[in-house]
Amino acid sequence: MLSLQYQSETFRKDVSDLLRYIIRRLCLMVVLLFGVSVLVFLISHFVPSNPAAANLSQTALNDPEIVAAYEAKWGLDKPVWEQYIIYMKNILVNHDLGTSIRTGRPILDELKQYFPATLELSIFAMLIAIVLGVTFGVISAIFQNKPIDHIVRAVSVSGVSLPSFWFALLVMNLFCSVMNIFPSGNRYDARLFAPNGGTGLYVIDAISWNNWPLLSDVLAHLFLPALVLGFFTMGLITRQTRSNLLEVMSSDYIRTARSKGMKESRVVWRHALGNALVPVITVSGMGFCNLLGGMVFVEKIFSWPGIGQYAYLAAVNLDFPAICGVSLLIALTYVVVNLFIDILYGVIDPRIRYQ
Amino acid sequence: MKVLKELLMQKNIMFKVGLFIFFAWILIAILAPVLSPFDPINDQDIVRKFEAPSSEHWFGTDELGRDVFSRVLYASRVSITCGLITVLISLVVGVFFGGLAGYIGGVVDDVMMRFSEMIQSFPPLILAMVIAAALGPNISNSVLAMAIIWWPNYARLTRSIVISIKGNDYVTASRVLGATHTRILGKELLPNSVGSMVVMCTLDLGNAILMFSGLSFLGLGIQPPVPEWGAMVSEGVRNSAKWWISTFPGLAIFTVAIGANFIGDGLRDYLDPKMRRTIG
Repeated sequence: MLSLQYQSETFRKDVSDLLRYIIRRLCLMVVLLFGVSVLVFLISHFVPSNPAAANLSQTALNDPEIVAAYEAKWGLDKPVWEQYIIYMKNILVNHDLGTSIRTGRPILDELKQYFPATLELSIFAMLIAIVLGVTFGVISAIFQNKPIDHIVRAVSVSGVSLPSFWFALLVMNLFCSVMNIFPSGNRYDARLFAPNGGTGLYVIDAISWNNWPLLSDVLAHLFLPALVLGFFTMGLITRQTRSNLLEVMSSDYIRTARSKGMKESRVVWRHALGNALVPVITVSGMGFCNLLGGMVFVEKIFSWPGIGQYAYLAAVNLDFPAICGVSLLIALTYVVVNLFIDILYGVIDPRIRYQ
Repeated sequence: MKVLKELLMQKNIMFKVGLFIFFAWILIAILAPVLSPFDPINDQDIVRKFEAPSSEHWFGTDELGRDVFSRVLYASRVSITCGLITVLISLVVGVFFGGLAGYIGGVVDDVMMRFSEMIQSFPPLILAMVIAAALGPNISNSVLAMAIIWWPNYARLTRSIVISIKGNDYVTASRVLGATHTRILGKELLPNSVGSMVVMCTLDLGNAILMFSGLSFLGLGIQPPVPEWGAMVSEGVRNSAKWWISTFPGLAIFTVAIGANFIGDGLRDYLDPKMRRTIG
């Protein structure tokens, strides 16, 4: 009775600790995002580049009236702090991120259009990375110092040393042009399908519409970019899984399990792997961050209409409103994912306390 | 030197391979004018563009009829130098601010750490891309952009090391003996971080070369006609049927990065087997 009461009390304390932790992190997140918005805004406004020069034609640049009109239209003639206040007010009050200088469309609409493509790609990339990474890591640890271990380690180190733009190009040339197994470019075959409405996550949309040809087409387009994108993270996860598993396998409770006469496969899968995988969660968070960067290359090479392409086009065209919008979105995604991972970490491993 | 000798005595194949690859590339960078059969920029022969690898042009020719082999060799100079400079700037700035934050503590520490968190809440490539594009695409700006992103890593590492040892008795003793703050920081605290810093620098050197070539690939790093690996790969994207244009420069980036990573891994295992867990 006493122990039951004790348990329910500690449980309640755990939950309240968790809640307090989440609230604290959310507050910190707001501060961080405020800082990020100032940072991005300053970078994009205190630099020597001239957005008028980047976006107007040479003939228009020779006409001071056109340049002045252009600067007035985008508020480029006001002091920076005033521009920032106007910008933040528009975001928070009117939910308006401004208009893209490059396309002339509202940035919020554009981000809504591009984000699902990136979300779908990154989810599949993470899935591939985690499944392959954990499998390889376990194989590598079980056969420690055997030839297969060396091969897996070599592959995982190359995963973190491969320039992803080059790897993407190689894979695309090999599988799409030379062998012609996979389609390349875009998220689906535009000659056959015209998906409209829905969530924008075409795998889910195709399933909910019972449109199986679309589903297979979308998956075929998704596979290569997701594989290339996930390769780096896979390398990280393989290395982490291997070293954790080796460490756990040398601990006392595993020796006990073995000395009870338990089968080796059961020792690995039931007893060791659970504990070995906890730090892998953290690495997955790091991997996700890298994924967001690698996205720029992979989306560019596979013509994937996502946030990475959008960020690249915004940056090279010095499209300041778009740069700010897309940076805020990426920072927000990153911070939310990290918060989620930290919480997950504690939920899975009860030894970790929130402070 | 003693450390290096000891390292080479150990049974650590990956470290030796890494060292070999990396020094081979440094030699290539130094000897590029001697080793290259053609001039990387001026030997253009538009009639002989897009030639497949042959005994004359080992790696074929590019869209202006330039020898890809010579360009790959010359490009090592830019990439390795820029990688080194990036890491050095980040190291100096990071150790200075991190050491200060850890030693002084309080508000200084808080402000410094929040600022570095802000920078780290971006995927590095995206921030580098934005900064490099905004400053105007050229070599020094892309190196600057990378250094801006990288120094917080060094600052955080230095800070954590300084904080973990500044309460030790020997530090207190030297303060009691009347040592100045500069002396305590420079002589007692920072030397303790050398090992971790060396590991981080080698691993980062590979990353910096990767990112620099990435920026050049996007057209934000070095500008033509100077040969650079990433820019050469992007030339291969425009001419994707001519596989040799992108394959060889890509292999070059890959080998340099893998060399740096092997060295870094080997050093890490040697200096502290436990660090494997924290850095991963």
